Amino acid sequence: MSAPNKAYDPVRVTALAPAEVQRMLDAGLAAISGAGSFDELKEARLAHLGGRSPLVLASAEIGALPPEAKAEAGRRVGEAKRLLGEAHAGRQRELEADRDQRVLVDEVADVTLPWDRRASGARHPVAMLADRLADVFIGMGYEIAEGPEIEAEWYNFDALNFPPDHPAREMQDTFFVAGRDGAAHSGKVLRTHTSPVQIRAMLSRPLPVYVVSPGKCFRADALDATHSPVFHQIEGLAVDEGLTMADLRGAISAFVEAMFGPGLRTRLRPDFFPFTEPSADVSMECHVCRGASARGGSPCRVCKSQGWIEIAGCGMVNPRVLAACGIDADRYSGFAFGLGIERSLMIRNGLADIRDTIDGDVRFSRAFGAEA
Amino acid sequence: MLVPLSWLLEYAPLPEPVDPAEVGRRLTGIGLEIEAVEHVGAQIRGVVVARVLEIEELTGHKKPIRYCLVITGERPEEQRWVICGATNFAVGDLVPLALPGATLPGGISIGSRKAYGKLSDGMICSAAELALGDDHSGILVLPADAPLGADFAEYAGLRDVVYDVNVTPDKGHALSVRGLARELASAFAVPFADPAGELPAGDKPDPRVYQASIGDPSACDRFALREVSGIDPAAVTPLSIRVRLARCGMRSVSLAVDVTNYLMLELGQPMHAFDRDRLQGPIAVRRGREGEKLETLDHVVRQLDPDDIVITDSSGPISMAGTMGGLATEVSSAAVNVVIEAAHFSAPGIARMSRRHRLFSEASARFERGVDYELPLRASAKAAALLASLGGGSVVAGYSLASAPIEPVTIEIAGDLPDRVAGVSYGADTVVRRLREAGCSVAVDAGDRLVVRPPSWRPDLTDPSDLAEEVIRIEGYDKIGIAMPRAVAGHGRTAAQRLRIEVAQALAGSGFVEVISSPFGSQDDFGKMQLPADDARRRAVRLANPISGDEPLMRTSLLPGLLRVAWRNAGRGFPDLALFEIGQVFLEAEGGCGAAPVLPVDHAPGKAEVKRFDAALPAQPRLVGCVLTGKIETSGWWGEGRQVSLYDAIEAARTVLGASRVPYEVLASQAEPWHPGRCATFVVSAFGEEVVVGHAGELHPRVIGAFRLAPRTCAMELDLSAIERLAGLVPPVQAPFISGYPVATSDVALAVPSAVPAARVQEALVAGVRSVAGSHGAALLEGIRLFDVYRGEQAGAGNKSLAYTLRFRAPDRTLTDEEVAIARDAAVAEAARRTGAVLRSAPDASA
Ligand SMILES: [Zn+2]
Repeated sequence: MSAPNKAYDPVRVTALAPAEVQRMLDAGLAAISGAGSFDELKEARLAHLGGRSPLVLASAEIGALPPEAKAEAGRRVGEAKRLLGEAHAGRQRELEADRDQRVLVDEVADVTLPWDRRASGARHPVAMLADRLADVFIGMGYEIAEGPEIEAEWYNFDALNFPPDHPAREMQDTFFVAGRDGAAHSGKVLRTHTSPVQIRAMLSRPLPVYVVSPGKCFRADALDATHSPVFHQIEGLAVDEGLTMADLRGAISAFVEAMFGPGLRTRLRPDFFPFTEPSADVSMECHVCRGASARGGSPCRVCKSQGWIEIAGCGMVNPRVLAACGIDADRYSGFAFGLGIERSLMIRNGLADIRDTIDGDVRFSRAFGAEA
Repeated sequence: MLVPLSWLLEYAPLPEPVDPAEVGRRLTGIGLEIEAVEHVGAQIRGVVVARVLEIEELTGHKKPIRYCLVITGERPEEQRWVICGATNFAVGDLVPLALPGATLPGGISIGSRKAYGKLSDGMICSAAELALGDDHSGILVLPADAPLGADFAEYAGLRDVVYDVNVTPDKGHALSVRGLARELASAFAVPFADPAGELPAGDKPDPRVYQASIGDPSACDRFALREVSGIDPAAVTPLSIRVRLARCGMRSVSLAVDVTNYLMLELGQPMHAFDRDRLQGPIAVRRGREGEKLETLDHVVRQLDPDDIVITDSSGPISMAGTMGGLATEVSSAAVNVVIEAAHFSAPGIARMSRRHRLFSEASARFERGVDYELPLRASAKAAALLASLGGGSVVAGYSLASAPIEPVTIEIAGDLPDRVAGVSYGADTVVRRLREAGCSVAVDAGDRLVVRPPSWRPDLTDPSDLAEEVIRIEGYDKIGIAMPRAVAGHGRTAAQRLRIEVAQALAGSGFVEVISSPFGSQDDFGKMQLPADDARRRAVRLANPISGDEPLMRTSLLPGLLRVAWRNAGRGFPDLALFEIGQVFLEAEGGCGAAPVLPVDHAPGKAEVKRFDAALPAQPRLVGCVLTGKIETSGWWGEGRQVSLYDAIEAARTVLGASRVPYEVLASQAEPWHPGRCATFVVSAFGEEVVVGHAGELHPRVIGAFRLAPRTCAMELDLSAIERLAGLVPPVQAPFISGYPVATSDVALAVPSAVPAARVQEALVAGVRSVAGSHGAALLEGIRLFDVYRGEQAGAGNKSLAYTLRFRAPDRTLTDEEVAIARDAAVAEAARRTGAVLRSAPDASA
């Protein structure tokens, strides 16, 4: 029990009466929860929790209460402030969430609109395929050998065992370089195949030699759907001790599986190239029908229902070629193979007209983008 | 070569039933690729042998028309009337008659039809209508012993399988029934009967036969003549021979010519028949002489070359040996006495001659691939006998032969060579057997060495590897196994090869489309490109035989080709283009490169010889070129697009050089084909060299006009070979030190005379910072960036204002404002010293 405190003024402290505090609390809570905007909420906060709000003004009166009443009134007012504060924070969060929701909706963009401000670039499929073919052989340990496109006849023909008047030279329509002052003979040609690079590689590299040579070749063919005066080949050459035709088949089948799909069989048939002996043409099992079209399956457009597709020429390096490069043919043997890159595009990518590769139409390269 | 199966089977008797498809597969399997198989005559139905009974000449028409009564049997009801437009037959002749309902080659159906007011109940056929040649001139009159009423296709042997064999240039022997049948017999392991047969008993040289002589043994080493006399000019080529000639794609000409052609197809020996009564004096073979001329059978007068091989009589050249006969001594159908020539000419000699005169015949094709040198006597004996028997003449006994010695080829090989080449164990027995089947004589030496003498018909067998191939080929490539390739220690792509790919990818990544343009060009391009008279790019390599006379030169720049590609694309509705190409160009040395040497091939060229090759070849640098035209950014819903500008071309060059990491400078310059005020030159000054590696910018307006492109078209061209080489000198990137201390930036705006290149100002700013605190200053400047260029009053007349942001950062501390100010002031001072720059404003350094 405490003694009565005569010092307080009962009139001035009615605001601290429990009912009154409750009323102020209710009014504040109603205003806060009723606030529909940040402005209204701010108004409600100022009105009910601000420096001039009844509750805050009332709390200033606590000091005037008799000591025995102070604690209770203080607790009561503090509790009311806390509740109002919480209500305000809650309402603030609600309004913010509403606002964010509204903003994100308002700011929805059409993500399907185009943004092709700059047309995309592309590599030429012949160049890409050449790189990719070379990659297969690089993976097998080969290196890339290169040579000039205008080549001495000796490299393009003689050293490759094309004797001067042999009809084999006629197999290839050769562009001859005019001699100085209009002389007919310059001893130079636009290389008709990438094979002269073989000669250069054998003359310049230490044995054993494992190289591939992709590059541009030229034949004096009139332009049509399957002939172009400018085309590309990639050739491989291996010279080592003890190489046999079985090694050649192995290299070719590894390459075919890498390029066209695993499990595809290859077939060699006799052919003739002056620089290889024996020589063969290489066919692979059709990568589309896998030979089914030739066994009575539905017709195949890619292999013309033959089941096999001719893709390359190859053979064991003719010992005469080794001799022209100063390599002892009793100790070393070699194999070589070559294929047309445009021809590979025809088989692999359905190229129908070789002219498209040198026409320069941007639609052609763009269709391939950055990966053929 | 076209060859009927029936002919092959005469000499390679395969077991019945013969599967034509399997024959084709086997031939392809041994290297005689079958390009096509045609079942000929299968379509012919309802054509029978008929006799002409009556001929009624119908008059009043534009051409003679006959109404003929024909009979196809003995009974009167087997008579019928047919209309016929030919007149080369008489009552009593036997003819092929297509009955109503018959089918002819090409699927043509024959019915009864009204013509010239008469009913034609069938059709009398010409050789052409039966696909036996192109002779439409008259109907085919059959021999008197043709069986009346017989099925004509059966009687004439029209139903056959014809193979189109792709004979590779090394297999001259396979350009004959003889050679193909031998291969076929070997493939099927059946005995081969040689159609060349043996020489007639008692055959020997006889002075009564027209005398032959060889004037040049390097041109011809076997030269045989035989004679047939008293041929009936009315004799015609029998149907069986005509059918076979037609099957092999040859025309029937006259009996003597048909007989020589027929035996050429069968044996592979080209022969020539002369009208004896048009010859004068002895026949010789020699080289042509300067000024000599010969009119050949095709009515072309040919100027002979001293390297040509000709047959002569006392009047001069009468035939181009092994290629085409002369018109004056042509054996016409009226010839009564015929001289048959069979010879073995130099293969390279015939090859050169036929190429020189662009005269390619069945004979020259065989001679240049190599003909059996022991065949002339045997083939001519067969020809004389056949001609005499078919023409009602008689063979003049004996022959006349001139010959030069031929050194037989002997090859020694190890018995296991084929095994070692193929990686297959054939065994010595198989090797010997296969070589003998090919006609070689094989002696097995001690120690498993084989001494092999190839037959006279295989001039292609000269080396041990030829013999190995022969065995492997006939045994079949399907016997060869697959060995997994051994892994070798490669080094991957060289730095230069990698760079080339990186450059291409970088350009494609920045929106350029790679194309391959034509490497051919013309003198006109130099003018269009505005090249000065002494420009090195005018020294182009000229082709002796260009595809088009309009473009006889090889390109010396990628740009003309790229500009044409751009024009083509623009014409196809693509005016906005960014193109690039990487490719070689060709630059002749001043005064032209000399001819390349032709060296022997039995040993490697020495270093000096390789140098001679190098010196003879033009420079062939690899360039990278870009062309930009139209808009580089399209207009769209985002707003206006942007036209290409010279800076896009320059940036493309920076992209390439950036990929290479080669240090370079950009200089303003004037170079064709660029706009003189809008051309940047890229110079690499490093590693003790100063190399101009190319140019970029806007093209000269006249160049743009000449290539019909949109105004302001831009281009870039760099010497990628030079950049590749220089890039090889660039040391590896050293990893940077990443400082964790704050950055301090300072902006400066400098007024400089308009003509001062921004790059020079920037260089001066950098140098200025570097001059501070020695090497420490260099480390302070992290970056510098030009962010504004202003030309206006405030910059002062004739000036421009360049605004730069300098970024400073120290590796070991936070920079003070004072340190930054010192560095900035030093930068500005150096710019002022070098370029006359005046500081317009220098905001405080801000951290
Ligand atoms: Zn298929």
